[in-house]
Amino acid sequence: MSGHLYASVLGLVQRKPPIVRVAALSGRYAPHAGDVIVGIVTDVQGSFWLLDIGAARWAPLHMTGTPWKIDFGETGEHLRVGDSVVVAVEQIENTGRIGVTMIGEGLGKLEGGTLVTVSPAKIPRVIGKGGSMIATLTHATGCKIVVGQNGRIWVDGPLEGVDRVRASLELIELEGQRRGLTERVAELLASSGRGGPGPAHPPPPDADAGDEGGVPVDSESFPEQ
Amino acid sequence: MGNVGASEVPQLIGPDGLRIDGRRADELRPMRVVAGPLKRADGSAFVEWGANKVMAAVYGPREVHPRHLQVNDKAIVQCKYNMAAFSVDERKRPGLDRRSQEISKVIAEAFESVVFAEEFPRTSIDVYIEVLQANAGTRCAGIVAASVALADAGIPMVDLLPAVAVGKVGGHIVLDLKKEEDNFGEADLPMALVPQSGRMVLLQMEGHLNLEELKRALDLGVGGCRAIYEKMKQALRDRYSVDPPTPVAEVAA
Amino acid sequence: MSGEVTAEILTTHILELAREGRRLDGRAIDDYRKVTLEPGYVTSADGSALARIGDTVVLCGVKLEPGKPFPDTPNAGVLTTNAELIPLSSPAFEPGPPHPRAIEVSRVVDRALRAAEAIDLKALCITSAEKCWTCFVDIHVLDHSGNLIDAALLAASTALSHTTMPRVRFGLAETDIPLDVRHLAIETTFARLGDAIVVDPSVDEETACQGRLTIATDEAGNIVAMQKGLVGAFGPNEVVELAERAFRHGDRLRAQIRGG
Repeated sequence: MSGHLYASVLGLVQRKPPIVRVAALSGRYAPHAGDVIVGIVTDVQGSFWLLDIGAARWAPLHMTGTPWKIDFGETGEHLRVGDSVVVAVEQIENTGRIGVTMIGEGLGKLEGGTLVTVSPAKIPRVIGKGGSMIATLTHATGCKIVVGQNGRIWVDGPLEGVDRVRASLELIELEGQRRGLTERVAELLASSGRGGPGPAHPPPPDADAGDEGGVPVDSESFPEQ
Repeated sequence: MGNVGASEVPQLIGPDGLRIDGRRADELRPMRVVAGPLKRADGSAFVEWGANKVMAAVYGPREVHPRHLQVNDKAIVQCKYNMAAFSVDERKRPGLDRRSQEISKVIAEAFESVVFAEEFPRTSIDVYIEVLQANAGTRCAGIVAASVALADAGIPMVDLLPAVAVGKVGGHIVLDLKKEEDNFGEADLPMALVPQSGRMVLLQMEGHLNLEELKRALDLGVGGCRAIYEKMKQALRDRYSVDPPTPVAEVAA
Repeated sequence: MSGEVTAEILTTHILELAREGRRLDGRAIDDYRKVTLEPGYVTSADGSALARIGDTVVLCGVKLEPGKPFPDTPNAGVLTTNAELIPLSSPAFEPGPPHPRAIEVSRVVDRALRAAEAIDLKALCITSAEKCWTCFVDIHVLDHSGNLIDAALLAASTALSHTTMPRVRFGLAETDIPLDVRHLAIETTFARLGDAIVVDPSVDEETACQGRLTIATDEAGNIVAMQKGLVGAFGPNEVVELAERAFRHGDRLRAQIRGG
């Protein structure tokens, strides 16, 4: 060996002797067991659904991996193409198959709300230190937010609030590598939400708008389905 | 390549040893590399090199269609090199031609030599290279662009893949041929180098070189690749710089 | 690839926003994204332009070559429009022969150029019944972020406005002259999102929409081409109202092309 270390992907080097880590800056979602992610149903088969999870491969969700009692051929009655679900990664097999499950707290089908997609590499910034960024977003907008490790973020609440969460996430996506991000997001949330053309937005709703209130949500705790 | 109104061989090396555009034998044409100019692709890059303009995009790793192309223990690397109809003097008919298919094949194999394909079984990494304006060396410009696009897409690789063509012009071995040198020169040798190993994963040649000339050509090519390698790394640093802010890449401009 | 599926909840959200006169990217219903035009982008073409509408990027190159006129129009040149929706520009586009969707873009752009009489085909005649200019308009989509038809025609109109007839290269004259562009056609595309009809749809809006309508206008106040696409329907009153909106956008974009 030459004594040199070379990274195989584009990333930021983090040195904690004797460990050298490279945090990827781009790329598709690389699944890890235990990750909670948001998938979109792309195909319905007799005993399973195929989920687009933004990874290299689609992930099969088997009917036994759901809280529902399903007979073979009845999968289409529960989830259809285009439906969004919160699932957890169980294991990645040697074949590249990504096993996921919908059994677990906070897992299930997403109803209402919308999805915002960011680069999976930006997810740590979306969550913030100890969930601080998500707490800020939730408190300022009254929205419920579920962060999938695969870069898909579910947002539900008043349209105005959802708009401001989306604008904030776009800012994080764009400037997630820069310092002072939290301040800039706070600034954005304090202003009308978004610049540019269009009518001025109505003032932001009270922080306690929405029945769930501003409960900070991070990748570990999801709203019950 | 068509040369409307081409007459006799022009003098390609002046008495001062300089080339028709004033370059020395070992000098590259001006080159600009922009990482990530496209929104939809997983990774992208634009290369402006002399009068070449080349865009590359990478999609994947993703599911393989059609499925029978799937390989059980690794990703396949698929490449499509294509020239826009207006990229050359005489309009090129759109669609597949034998030259583009051959170039696509050797480029795909070059990248397969550096990508850690076994990390993504049963998937496809799709590399698209579009030549928007051509002036000799488009396959090398395409490899440079595609390589930066692969890095931008987060694909694990042994290394980036700089590429350049070396040739023999008016009896001299020169680096990075431009169109007139390519058309009227005596030899053309495009290559792509893995800088870490010093080995070449793309190598083609056409023309006449003796052993001494071949040695000189390879030396010159390796040196050229190392210079291009720095520009490729810089393009990626510019795109992902932490602080101060990334300069806004003028998309494909 | 064909596996691109859009989340139903995103589509529903887009429709919900439209009901309140809002859009996903913060635009108002009749806001067009920022358009930038870069003529002369490719020097290997006789005329060219890079057109951007927001994140959508389309490159058009024009090439003129001497050819043979069609027997039924011996005193006119030939105009050929071809659009390539190359797989570089979208995960949804696959390599291979032109998809009907690419052919639609070609044909709709071609119709607008022809009907508006953008270029005088008679001026492309060299020798009656024997020799004429063939004008190839080649459109290359580089980034598909929605509204390709408008972007394609913007690129084509700008490229044609900056085209030189290469008479010297083909030994036909001592000097080159600019191609005369008489009328500038502009296409304006709308998408129905429930009762709201938005201009210049993004990719997500195109996925969510219930019908798309493209209206091409010229500067003389004529509607010169229309194309209803995707699944959905428009009423007669809506079409008239959209035509009015199309003229406003058309005039603005024409001024932008003329200005640079």
